[in-house]
Amino acid sequence: MIKRTHFKSSPLPYLLVAPQILITVAFFIWPASQAVYQSMLLEDPFGLKSEFIWFENYVLLFSDEIYFSTFLRTVVFSSLVAFLSLSIALLLAATADHVVRGTRTYRTLLIWPYAVAPVVAGTIWMFIFDPTLGIVSYFLHGIGYEWNHRLNGNQAMALIVLAATWKQISYNFLFFLAGMQAIPKSLIEAAAIDGAGPARRFWTIIFPLISPTTFFLMVMNIVYAFFETLGIVHAVTKGGPAKATEILVYKVFNDGFIGLDLGGSAAQSVILMLIVITLTVIQFRYIERKVEY
Amino acid sequence: MRRHLKKTILSISAVAVFSTGLAANSWATTDIQWWHAMGGVNGERVNKIAESFNASQDEFKIVPVYKGNYTETMTAAIASFRAKKHPHIVQVFEVGTATMMAAKGAVYPVEEMMADSGIKLDKSAFLPAVISYYQTADGELLSMPFNSSTPVLWYNKDAFVKAGVTEVPKTWPEVFAASKKLVAAGYKGGFSFGWQSWVMIENYSAWHNIPMGTKENGFAGLDTQFTFNNKNVTDILSSIAKGQQDNLFLYGGRRGDSLPMFINQEVGMWINSSAYYGGIKKQAKFDFGQTMLPYSPDVINKPQNSIIGGATLWVLKGHAKEDYKGVSQFMNYLSSPEVQAWWHQETGYVPITKAAYELSKKEGFYEKNPGTDTAIKQLSLNTPTPNSKGVRFGNFVQVRDIINEEMEAIWNGSKTATEAMDDAVRRGDKLLRKFEKANR
Amino acid sequence: MIEKRPLATWFSHTVLILGVAVVAFPIWITFVGASHDAIRMPQVPLPLLPGDQFFINLKAAFVEGVGNAKEQSVGIMMFNSLIMALMIAGGKIAISLLSAFAIVYFRFPFRMIFFWMIFITLMLPVEVRILPTFEVVANLGMLNNYWGLTVPLIASATATFMFRQVFLTVPDELLEAARIDGAGPMRFFKDILLPVSRTNIAALFVILFIYGWNQYLWPLLITTDKSMYTIVMGIKQMLEAAEEAPEWHLIMMTTLLAMIPPVLVVIGMQKLFIKGLTETEK
Repeated sequence: MIKRTHFKSSPLPYLLVAPQILITVAFFIWPASQAVYQSMLLEDPFGLKSEFIWFENYVLLFSDEIYFSTFLRTVVFSSLVAFLSLSIALLLAATADHVVRGTRTYRTLLIWPYAVAPVVAGTIWMFIFDPTLGIVSYFLHGIGYEWNHRLNGNQAMALIVLAATWKQISYNFLFFLAGMQAIPKSLIEAAAIDGAGPARRFWTIIFPLISPTTFFLMVMNIVYAFFETLGIVHAVTKGGPAKATEILVYKVFNDGFIGLDLGGSAAQSVILMLIVITLTVIQFRYIERKVEY
Repeated sequence: MRRHLKKTILSISAVAVFSTGLAANSWATTDIQWWHAMGGVNGERVNKIAESFNASQDEFKIVPVYKGNYTETMTAAIASFRAKKHPHIVQVFEVGTATMMAAKGAVYPVEEMMADSGIKLDKSAFLPAVISYYQTADGELLSMPFNSSTPVLWYNKDAFVKAGVTEVPKTWPEVFAASKKLVAAGYKGGFSFGWQSWVMIENYSAWHNIPMGTKENGFAGLDTQFTFNNKNVTDILSSIAKGQQDNLFLYGGRRGDSLPMFINQEVGMWINSSAYYGGIKKQAKFDFGQTMLPYSPDVINKPQNSIIGGATLWVLKGHAKEDYKGVSQFMNYLSSPEVQAWWHQETGYVPITKAAYELSKKEGFYEKNPGTDTAIKQLSLNTPTPNSKGVRFGNFVQVRDIINEEMEAIWNGSKTATEAMDDAVRRGDKLLRKFEKANR
Repeated sequence: MIEKRPLATWFSHTVLILGVAVVAFPIWITFVGASHDAIRMPQVPLPLLPGDQFFINLKAAFVEGVGNAKEQSVGIMMFNSLIMALMIAGGKIAISLLSAFAIVYFRFPFRMIFFWMIFITLMLPVEVRILPTFEVVANLGMLNNYWGLTVPLIASATATFMFRQVFLTVPDELLEAARIDGAGPMRFFKDILLPVSRTNIAALFVILFIYGWNQYLWPLLITTDKSMYTIVMGIKQMLEAAEEAPEWHLIMMTTLLAMIPPVLVVIGMQKLFIKGLTETEK
């Protein structure tokens, strides 16, 4: 946790952490505590009348069967996105690491989606899959498959999973490739001399050695799918049709920012914060253990 | 690296300070902030109105600011009100009316403001169907109508000829009959619609003079309950759902998402806002027309009148008294026949005053653009009744979401029309109670 | 490669080409869309090959302006996004380096409290606490300027956490040697720690630059002054035109332009970036 040798205590460390702490308190801890307070209020949007109602917003939330289905849907969505984007990125990274020529070109071409904002990524995918205009739905229609994600909930879900996965592949790919290229070549050569083929080498040497990266990416991807996909859902489906693509973070946004139900939305944010803190602690403990080796 | 970084930060700060300085630069005139949700070409027109008002006098300067779509604009205004950094004028869509109305300490009713500023407001000059949506029970005008439209039936004339549809449908049975002919003639579907809660629930109810909720659709009190799960509504939804099997109806999404279906001639009829005129005119490669909404003859012999959608301008309290003089002058300017007629003719929104309608008529606008007076005729077909002057329900943004979801459940076959509307009423009533409690 | 296995190599290339094709397809569609005119875009079927309007659209985006009221030049919006991305990346790296340094190299009261205070902010996106955060920013008078756009987004722990990991791997001997030389803490920080974390700074810079560049909801809420609009806001605005059909050709052109700076940053820094990633993740 701290270096064995360190500098003497003085006012200096306080000065060093001051900017970070100030910003954190002003723009994170204070607003977050406001959210906790607000989650116990019944208030009109303008804040003209408010009534302290303790945990009524939470009771209302948990007595709503829709909230639980949203929760489950979020888990399904996040696992799908994390699994797909990780495995596709892993495959691409493994092959890019394997080939001698063209790695740089492939890498350059594969990182583009990372540069696209989620809202914009959602827009592009919506455009490609628009039931009437979209090029992909046009081809699907040609082969006899009707695509209408505005009506079919499963198709809508598939579309946001696709858009979210697409956006995340680049990021995972870069991390995986970096991890693989850090493995000493001698290890792999030794295995090759022992007669292990590329696939075998991958599973017995490369994959175990990059497991810290994989774990790190897993947490990052779940967090990404939980939170940062808001822009994609907002641009592509707005949670529809019939709630088929409403995930937790979109519900917070939709109830609070659009529906102006501040108390109910704040209660949901508090629950999300608890989820994030749990995820963070899990990740933190894992990484701490690793560092102590 | 560090020195480099420091340099970057320094130069960035310099830019930031410079631009803050610019923003704080004061003008001789009083600035009046107007937050609006008009993107694209309509945003240009908003700017033009502001510019011409600014040029007409030198005391006040209207500063129009685009704040995103309707919901984003409203939320931004509310957030800024809580932080006491709010604009003078904000454009709010019709479903936000109840929320704005309940915020008595925040909103400065337009009629009261004009009176305080000594500017005469002649309410009788406005079209009743337009302003009734925004009046209190005793007739006080709360906000200034700006962009109003109403749903109409858009149809493809070429497709009608091709399919042998000789009469433009007036009733729902005729819509279904025409759809059958269109599908038989090789079109993918007969009709589609957008903004389905507005078109098929709110307007269907008004058009047939049936209430959508108790207490005069919410005008007479917060203790209102929804009644749109009545048989008239569920019957029409059922028959549309049934028509889906033969592709008579195709669902193409919320809001205006289904417009490309009409533009690309997948369907021959499309029910949506009259304000799509400009967009359709620009894109359609066929002859098109607009006509009044279809009605169900077994519910009513003669349709009542439709209700508006779109947005109005609300004035927020908390600025200097002098500023509101400028706001009043601007509102007065905005509702003048010339400005209104220009806005109406350019955008396809309905004119809000009778004088603007007459002026457009005199200028020969409707002869040059046949059909563009459909909306206004339909809105003023009859004197609005308590069922057809508009709706005023709390949390209505969320209620519309619920109605959208439940209607989608009908279209994808997971619920019958009765089940879906019962669920929508049950869920909607919960939100009404929540609103009532928060605004007691 | 180590041994000759043409089959495996062919397989790899096939997978990669397929991967590139799928990943790049939306980008291609964007490019194609940017090269057609307003009339062609909403007609079925959509083109798969570029049209001849690319430079006309480019000129429209830059000279005539796009988005609400056609008065925002893409250039100005991109400049704002650039400043925003640079300030977020620079600011976050600067404050994180300092606080990680304090937490790793000093023993002082409340150290762990500070650490957890920072750490708890790790991942909660600003969207979820956006209204209370807006009130703070408004009360501090930071609406409509670069400070309001960036400072609240700097409050996140990822960078602090990463630098902490890097500093923990720096051998203790270095500090002892520095002490023998009589170097004070800031000297040590400047001469030893900064050079050691060079690649990590680069990697974080890339990640944070893109994070800043891609912000949408926050700039939308905090700016009311057109001269402060960012490019992602501009794109979303073009999509939200009420009761009008979106101008797809200009949207696609702006989207394409908006991709260029972040892509340049990633490509330009990819070597350092990859090195930086490997060093932290080891």
